[in-house]
Amino acid sequence: MSTFWSIWISVIVLGTVFGCWWLLFATRKNQTTDTETDRTVGHSFDGIEEYDNPLPKWWYYLFVATCVFSLGYLALYPGLGNFQGLLGWSSTNQWEAEVQEAEAQYGELYAKFGDTPVPELAENDDAMKMGQRLFANNCATCHGSAGRGSLGFPNLTDDDWLYGGDPDSILTTLHEGRNGNMPAMGTMPNMSNEQVDQVVNYVLSFSDRERDAEAAEKGAEVYAQACVACHGPDAKGNQDLGAPDLTDDTWLYGSTYDWIRETVVNGRQNQMPAQGDRLSDDQIQILAAYVYSLSN
Amino acid sequence: MKHEIIEKNIGIMIVLIILTISGGFLAEVVPLFFQKSVNEPIEGLEPLSALEQEGRDIYIREGCSVCHTQQIRPFRAETERYGHYSVAGEFVYDRPFLWGSKRTGPDLARVGGRYSDAWQRQHLYDPRSVVPESNMPAFPWLFEDRVDHTATEAKIRTLQTLGVPYTDEQVATAAEEVRGKFEIEALVAYLQQLGTVISETR
Repeated sequence: MSTFWSIWISVIVLGTVFGCWWLLFATRKNQTTDTETDRTVGHSFDGIEEYDNPLPKWWYYLFVATCVFSLGYLALYPGLGNFQGLLGWSSTNQWEAEVQEAEAQYGELYAKFGDTPVPELAENDDAMKMGQRLFANNCATCHGSAGRGSLGFPNLTDDDWLYGGDPDSILTTLHEGRNGNMPAMGTMPNMSNEQVDQVVNYVLSFSDRERDAEAAEKGAEVYAQACVACHGPDAKGNQDLGAPDLTDDTWLYGSTYDWIRETVVNGRQNQMPAQGDRLSDDQIQILAAYVYSLSN
Repeated sequence: MKHEIIEKNIGIMIVLIILTISGGFLAEVVPLFFQKSVNEPIEGLEPLSALEQEGRDIYIREGCSVCHTQQIRPFRAETERYGHYSVAGEFVYDRPFLWGSKRTGPDLARVGGRYSDAWQRQHLYDPRSVVPESNMPAFPWLFEDRVDHTATEAKIRTLQTLGVPYTDEQVATAAEEVRGKFEIEALVAYLQQLGTVISETR
């Protein structure tokens, strides 16, 4: 704050305090006692007159105390422009102190697990209790309180992984997040309706679902053009890209003809938000172990 | 000074009343008009895109700010849950600001990037499908109605006039950017950028 505004504020604040003080004394002039007098203010309406009694003493001293308190407050706390007060208090300082206190109290609880390898941590009951709470607070909104996910949100308990279920992959997923992106019609943007129908039937054939066998046969050719780059020739997917295995029974977006058609025609975009700057490294280590324990 | 003089001269009384009640305003509000920390954007703050700006108007229209605040106070209980406390420089392009005053739902000042787009859509379509104990209303019409692009250009130009640093090109392409978009896309785009300029959330 510039000196001008600092002085501006100080003058107004102190002026107000001393102004109140002056007003208090000025209006009490000529009223030396707080006893009732029979003096009136001098007007009479329909014979009703008004006494000109002074303020009761206790009330008067309350006003005096208010003025004294305000000066004491302004001396201790910031209130006069750039003057920070004798206590050096600020809302940011108070917040930092609170955070440090909490860090001292709780940080160690997490820190003692921070260096333990994930598989070992997953065996530790204390760590898993903490992990469960972290999961409930931070992950359950999407993955569900039991980690079973729902349409569009992966199930974490089935040991089937889009980006890998080894400790390092889980840690990377938690720290950095993931961006899944299946383009509409894969790598064949000019796919005809007929070809869409064929490739959907072909995809249904991987897990031996009900399908139009003839269309499925023709779908192999479309698959080779549109899908193979990510899902692979054996349709087992690719964990580096987050491309799911199409041959198993896990379906993030539904396994019926209509759902798969929707996926092929419009593509799918999904994100796992990064947690790296929301949670501490120690917390993420515990969380990774908890997620690991859900499938192992 | 005798009371009588003040009480019998309404002109003097008006002047003295104005003087009395303006003390707080002059000391607490007026200096803020000239403070850098309040007037200057924090580093990296960009004006909202046309789509985000339309999303913001939908946020206002649907009354989101009645139940959700957008201001994280500097208490550990808040920063632990929501992220870094809000600073004045984050809101310099907000006209009007949407700090709100009541939290029926959680604070949204740093909700950007916290959930996936898909989660936000699911949650706005049917809140209880992802948060069973939620009492938030559903907003299914956002998925049917398209953004009204006819006023977009005028809105962005108005903000430009008020000092938000939009380029002339951004003003010219504003309507095109939102044409044909569903309202849900605009709202999610707005939500996903909230508070993301300060990424250090711990």
